[in-house]
Amino acid sequence: MTALTAKVAEPVPPPPPDARAPKRRGVELSLLAGAVLIAVLGHLHVGLTTTGHIPRPAAHYAAGLAGAALAAHLAVRLCAPYADPLLLPIAVLLNGLGLVLIQRLDATTPGHLTAGEQLRWSALGVALFVLVVGVLRDHRVLQKYAYLSVATALVLMLVPVFFPAVNGAHIWIRFAGLSFQPGEFAKILLAVFFAAYLAANRTALALTGRTLFWKLKLLPGRVLGPILAIWLLSVGVLVLERDLGTSLLFFGLFVIMLFTATGRIGWIAIGLLLAAVGAYAVGTFEPHVNSRVDDWLNPFASIERGEGPGQLAQSLFAFGAGGLLGAGLGHGQSFLIGFAAKSDFILATAGEELGLAGLTAILLLYGLLVARGFRAGLALRDPFGRLLATGLASIVALQVFVIAGGVTGLIPLTGMAMPFLAQGGSSVVTNWIIVALLVRLSDSARRPRPAEEAAA
Amino acid sequence: MIRYIRWCAYFCALLLVALLVNVARVQVWEAAGYGANPANKRPAIERYAEPRGDITVDGRPVTGSRDSRQLLRYERTYKNGPLYAPVTGFASQTYGTSFLERSEDAVLAGTDPALSAFPLWYELSRGRPGGGNAATTVRADMQLAAYTGLAGKRGAVAAVEPATGRILALVSSPSYDPAVLSGTGPKVKGAWEKLNADPARPMLNRALRETYPPGSTFKIVTAAAALDAGVVTDVDAPTRTPDPYPLPGTSTLLPNAGTGCADASMADAVQWSCNTVMAKIGVQIGLRGMTDAARRFGFNDGGLRVPAWVSRSNFDTDMSPDQLALSSIGQFNTTATPLQMAMVAAAVANGGELKAPYLVERTTQDDGDPVRRGDQRSLGRAMSPQTAARMQELMVKVVENGTGRNAAIPGAVVGGKTGTAQHGVGNAGTPYAWFISWAKPEGGRPPAVAVAVVVEDASAVRGDISGNGAAAPIARAVMEAGLSAP
Repeated sequence: MTALTAKVAEPVPPPPPDARAPKRRGVELSLLAGAVLIAVLGHLHVGLTTTGHIPRPAAHYAAGLAGAALAAHLAVRLCAPYADPLLLPIAVLLNGLGLVLIQRLDATTPGHLTAGEQLRWSALGVALFVLVVGVLRDHRVLQKYAYLSVATALVLMLVPVFFPAVNGAHIWIRFAGLSFQPGEFAKILLAVFFAAYLAANRTALALTGRTLFWKLKLLPGRVLGPILAIWLLSVGVLVLERDLGTSLLFFGLFVIMLFTATGRIGWIAIGLLLAAVGAYAVGTFEPHVNSRVDDWLNPFASIERGEGPGQLAQSLFAFGAGGLLGAGLGHGQSFLIGFAAKSDFILATAGEELGLAGLTAILLLYGLLVARGFRAGLALRDPFGRLLATGLASIVALQVFVIAGGVTGLIPLTGMAMPFLAQGGSSVVTNWIIVALLVRLSDSARRPRPAEEAAA
Repeated sequence: MIRYIRWCAYFCALLLVALLVNVARVQVWEAAGYGANPANKRPAIERYAEPRGDITVDGRPVTGSRDSRQLLRYERTYKNGPLYAPVTGFASQTYGTSFLERSEDAVLAGTDPALSAFPLWYELSRGRPGGGNAATTVRADMQLAAYTGLAGKRGAVAAVEPATGRILALVSSPSYDPAVLSGTGPKVKGAWEKLNADPARPMLNRALRETYPPGSTFKIVTAAAALDAGVVTDVDAPTRTPDPYPLPGTSTLLPNAGTGCADASMADAVQWSCNTVMAKIGVQIGLRGMTDAARRFGFNDGGLRVPAWVSRSNFDTDMSPDQLALSSIGQFNTTATPLQMAMVAAAVANGGELKAPYLVERTTQDDGDPVRRGDQRSLGRAMSPQTAARMQELMVKVVENGTGRNAAIPGAVVGGKTGTAQHGVGNAGTPYAWFISWAKPEGGRPPAVAVAVVVEDASAVRGDISGNGAAAPIARAVMEAGLSAP
């Protein structure tokens, strides 16, 4: 005890920066190798079970995936050397698993092959990842573009209104044979804006305002007004477009970021209450939403009516068929779910063919990704960075909860894409950008402070 | 702010826990219920994912599988479908299975646990063994002889090996091709509706599932009962029966189709099929004696399986003497399946012991390893060996110099009994022509075959001669095939 005290009392010479803050890039590389290996083995397995032979472009696939992973790794190594080593491997593994599942579903829907398209979008996603990590050297730069971000977000969200509805929702832009979901990008831009605005007005939000009663303070309208207006506008647009999932996501994002910035739980409670009332009203009077709530409450009603199982019932059948260990890749029948099997319901294939074991692993991967995002937020020192990391991590968490909860019957189903897993170009690209931003934020968080800052 | 970020992280962790708990609930707790939901197509998809095993006749498959590339993938094909339909039944994605396709379904579909030496391995590897095969006892030449003999007329043939109970032929006519029911879709639905609407009822298995009044063929049961009960001790002694015979307790007179039945002996009565003599003998045996005898031959047994279920043949157990008299000559409420009457002939041929008829010789794995053997079972003794010997003599006389001469085969000992069953209100229906018989090679070797033939649309000529005319030649053809080495 005394020896220890004596040691502490001694003036410690500052160690070299590298030894003090390990970069862990080697860990990242070996995890990446594991992730690529799992995806390639899955690819081979699907080929063997569905066609009986190793898929012909297997070597190209393996080389492509490894090349993409290596490119992303080099970008991190060169431009964000202190970044969290878990973020990139998790993204690669989830994206790779998604490709395997889509390839597997392609085998049972020969008229609608999407694995190749998804592979190209994934490549674009990785390219954007490299671009973001390479170009954006300091996340605080984004703070300057807060108002540009929100303007772009609103424009992006408004545009699909002028395009025809697909499956009952105005959330798509079809242009030159490509379909594109601008709302996906809007969520990053909105998170940037919320983070910047709340960081700038945090003090005012947290400390000012008239007391309504007891501890409940009315937030100053001058500060709260603009952000509330923007939030209402975006949710209004989404309701107009019948994009339930994204409006739920934006509401959750707004509440979480407001709470993180101000710490006022009373307002969260009121927000949730209002949201519940709104959700009840929409769920009762909007037929599109109403039918989904009915489906959720009684997924087998259509069977009792003699119309055969609906999508949710088919999804539950798929999860049930998986059991503990799953039917094995390529041995399931989740294509019975129908048209959204590769997008909204991709998790059902994972559940059926990989079982509870595989599904739990996938959900834990998401949990780890989110946890790493929060960890970066905790370690950062600037309010903008903290809020942005919290916002981005929450986006992933909420999205996983809403879609996974929907397809397993926990909450009413809302159309949304499972990050990285689901088929859908804009979703994959957006999630790669989210991971790129988290890499950048975690690099800032773990980077050793310059001497003068440490001294101050 | 650190504190609030932590709270957000805890909140997200809570969401994750909720997801994991719910997923576990769905995949473990609810899984069995979802799997059993009739709207869940998975069990059906899995069932048809692999080719079905084959049903074989003389070692050659009479079934096959076709890859339809549909959801319920492998569809059943049949070789000589109409010929073997009463044996195989159908296996349809839409309408399920029947007959052997049903009773051996677990083996054919590959779900029988006995198909794999290591069921646990298949459980773990998510695979399953290929469908097994079912080898039938049917002989192709006999089946074909029976089928061509009926020549599309409504009727049925059942042939069994007396010493073992093996069913050698099982024909129902008119027949249908079960292949038209394989698969799904409007074509199958249309075929099903057409077959069900057909007034000739081609899907009815007349050999196992239709019961007919056995008519005079039932006199074999009555005669055996009389000998066993001691009611008749000398088959050649006159029976002092008037012609016509007044039914006891009524003023109704029972006539004979031919002449020479007055005061005839039982031997003559069997040879010339005298209704009067046999009705009187039945009354003398009494209700108890007749019902016991009928039961020993297999009547009133609703549990017979070969392994397909066989309709119950009936002999009433509560009758007045006049009803008993009619029942003793195979009329009134007495009904029998063709298989039941083949069993009667087989019991006589087998020295009185009745063997349980069976249709599946053995089931094997797809590589030929045995799964189960068809076991020969005795249904007990229908009559004493002495009675059986006498009955054989009586039946031989029917063929040699009686009503059943059309069944005679040179170089073989053939015993038979004709029958013409009246039916319908006031006996208005076209009578059914019956012939039951057995045959053995000359020289004391055991009987090779026992046959029952029924032809529904017999010629309008009444009397026992129609059994001889319409049914006996078919029985002869089947017996000839049975006597030739397999």
